[in-house]
Amino acid sequence: MADKLISKIPEGPLSQKWTKRKSEIRLVSPNNKRKLEIIVVGTGLGGASAAASLGELGYNVKIFCISDSPRRAHSIAAQGGINAAKNYQNDNDSVYRLFYDTIKGGDYRAREANVYRLAEVSASIIDQCVAQGIPFAREYGGYLANRSFGGVQVSRTFYARGQTGQQLLLGAYASLNKEIAAGTVKSYPRHEMLDLVVVNGEAKGIIARNLVTGELERFGAHAVVIATGGYGNTYFLSTNAMNSNGSAAWQCYKKGAYFANPCFAQIHPTCIPVHGDQQCKLTLMSESLRNDGRIWVPKKKEDVEKLRKHEIKPSQIPEEDRDYYLERRYPAFGNLVPRDVASRAAKERCDAGFGVNETGLAVFLDFADAIKRLGHQRVAERYGNLFDMYQKITASSPWEEPMMIYPAIHYTMGGIWVDYDLQTTIPGLYAIGEANFSDHGGNRLGASALMQGLADGYFVIPVTIGDYLASKFAEPKTDTSIEEFDVAQKAVQERIDKLFAVKGTKTVDSLHKKLGHIMWEYVGMAREEEGLKKAIKEIQELKKEFWSEVRVPGTQYEFNQELEKALRLADFLEIGELMARDALNRQESCGGHFRVESQTEEGEAKRDDKNFMYVAAWEYKGEDKEPELHKEPLKYEFIEVKTRNYKD
Amino acid sequence: MEFNLKIWRQKNAKEKGHFETYHISGIEEDASFLEMLDILNEQLIREGKEPVAFDHDCREGICGACSLYIDGRAHGPDDHVTTCQLFMRHFKDGATITVEPWRSAGFPVIKDLVVDRSAFDKILQAGGFISVRTGSAQDANNILIPHDKAEKSMDAAACVGCGACVATCKNGSAMLFVGARVSSLALLPQGRPEAQKRARAMVAKMDELGFGNCTNTRACEMECPKGISVEHIARLNYEFLAAKFKQ
Repeated sequence: MADKLISKIPEGPLSQKWTKRKSEIRLVSPNNKRKLEIIVVGTGLGGASAAASLGELGYNVKIFCISDSPRRAHSIAAQGGINAAKNYQNDNDSVYRLFYDTIKGGDYRAREANVYRLAEVSASIIDQCVAQGIPFAREYGGYLANRSFGGVQVSRTFYARGQTGQQLLLGAYASLNKEIAAGTVKSYPRHEMLDLVVVNGEAKGIIARNLVTGELERFGAHAVVIATGGYGNTYFLSTNAMNSNGSAAWQCYKKGAYFANPCFAQIHPTCIPVHGDQQCKLTLMSESLRNDGRIWVPKKKEDVEKLRKHEIKPSQIPEEDRDYYLERRYPAFGNLVPRDVASRAAKERCDAGFGVNETGLAVFLDFADAIKRLGHQRVAERYGNLFDMYQKITASSPWEEPMMIYPAIHYTMGGIWVDYDLQTTIPGLYAIGEANFSDHGGNRLGASALMQGLADGYFVIPVTIGDYLASKFAEPKTDTSIEEFDVAQKAVQERIDKLFAVKGTKTVDSLHKKLGHIMWEYVGMAREEEGLKKAIKEIQELKKEFWSEVRVPGTQYEFNQELEKALRLADFLEIGELMARDALNRQESCGGHFRVESQTEEGEAKRDDKNFMYVAAWEYKGEDKEPELHKEPLKYEFIEVKTRNYKD
Repeated sequence: MEFNLKIWRQKNAKEKGHFETYHISGIEEDASFLEMLDILNEQLIREGKEPVAFDHDCREGICGACSLYIDGRAHGPDDHVTTCQLFMRHFKDGATITVEPWRSAGFPVIKDLVVDRSAFDKILQAGGFISVRTGSAQDANNILIPHDKAEKSMDAAACVGCGACVATCKNGSAMLFVGARVSSLALLPQGRPEAQKRARAMVAKMDELGFGNCTNTRACEMECPKGISVEHIARLNYEFLAAKFKQ
């Protein structure tokens, strides 16, 4: 079935591909758009912007989210900024450079054509967002301000304090509200998609649980767009919101959509360290802090000991006894190396015994120099809310002592396999934003998730979905009383009944924590063959334990958060196994995927382009059967594939 | 640390609610308030009891989902934080803590501490947007906005839509929520063309949905986790009155 992996990349020069594809795509006339229905699942940047734009075009859109309002989607928590190739700073930025940085940052495991398109539409995103009234940071002359992010040498990041994701999401949500008011979009908050309905091989609807009444409801459409984000919460502890989950995407996988590069998970270097086993959520400190903050650990072990015993304060350690290890190892990029590189470097120092807190798993992020250089007010303007947040959580002030940070799971580059049109291997099923795999390769650059979500939602899907729908307008509305819907709903009902029937003694969270430990230990920052095999075995055992010992209190027909969590964990257990399997298969280090067996003498990641320059797309083969691996070779026609170098 | 928790329990929107008291111990002082409730729920489930339902998501103070009324204050005793950013070190060891849902006619209870805030969505659907279609925008730097204006707009745009202002207000007014949105957009040139229409439509919807009037007690400002100033209510009133005069 490898022929399903047709990437549909247009022929021709890189800069003409999107133009060419747009000119080929069939149009749907306004009177026919009115006859067509589209389901969008998820209301983050991708989902909200897609639904609003599709509604504006005249399609009938239904949008679903699990929270009480579309505005709560986890895009809201993105702090630092959004990239765009505007070259407003005159620092020689361009579409090509943004494209190049993204491909290089992704360690040459993303598709050239998709990434180029992303860079190409990036400028329009900023225009759109400003028109919506998003209060981006401004210079005193009234022009837009920029800052820099990891893995790049220009300033192309637009931001609204440390709340850029919030502002962009509120912009997309406002456009969504405009369309809801206009009647083109109908919103279904507190609804969770639990299955995809496929009719004659094409996506035709979903089964969703109304989270207030507990009823299972059927929704039909001519096409379905998945915009439900990533699966980082497989690790239990992550920077994702508590309710973020991989279930909608996973149900698509189980209905035949291939899942690509599941092992590519991003570990973000600047998170507040774990403080104890009562914790359920990790908090990110924006990457933008690395613009002005300097990362270090002591050079001397005796200083480390004193710090751990609280005998000295970090500010008492003299300059010459500090190891600014990123500046030392990567002089060209310094503290602004990409996330995967910064995370591994932190782990390396902590593993060597230089971790600065009681657990030995923390490094310093220091603003003393920046405060001296810029003054209190300018530092407060840039990072004030982040400093406040840090202080609220840790009861320590970054104005006086450096922050303590440590890497944590943050984002998943892997996701549902899509072609250039963002269509999955199931016709009529699309995946956008973090839910797909296409743009970030093995590692995502900072401020690029927001860019991708909005690029897909505002500018790609509204165009590409037309090519599919152009042949569907004569089809009547999907009848949700047909057998396929009966079968799908029955399967969901059985899953729910089975969960209640277990009546075990273990809570969902306690089992999820166990999964998190396995994942972090064996499928975390350093992965090796033996550990990955062990992880697969342990996850399979844990899955059995879950299905025989979990306790789900209450009933289906009520607001029941434990049932919600149990359904999600059932899927996380399977996602975790596929992640481990994919990591085992990929016997190279690239981006966030670090195989201990594949490293240079200096401990840098060593890619194996000869054997692994492909997208690993996994096909579901049935319960307890091994999934089948399909390979989409990655061809680099326009850039030279090199070893990533952030040293000089 | 240990606590006695007096928590509002209510099976659903129809049934009457009541307080129930639970004892919890072994809580780290660095634990957040919601982590403490997670631990309580683990305990309740193990004892075969129903866990306490509460809304939460990002746990970083930005999504606006969490919404607890703690010891008589929206989001609890610490200033300018959401419930998820409230830490147990702010409580005395051994204290009795009362936890209730938002109480307002505009926010009916769904279960326990979870309320229905869809009224906020409806108010924003009435006009809390700029009518721009995807693709219509001009180059971003063609619209110049003075630094301080953009900052002021951002102050208002920081609203997380949690509803603490309504829950705190003795009149159950949503004026701070509406004011923040109206003001944030009215301060920007892009938002000017619809500024008065927006103010009128949103206020009308707020009234229709049963939110009360503002009597300038400024309690909302005090309890807003983002410290949004009542100055934005003044700007809402200005736009609203200007619209009236035009009529």
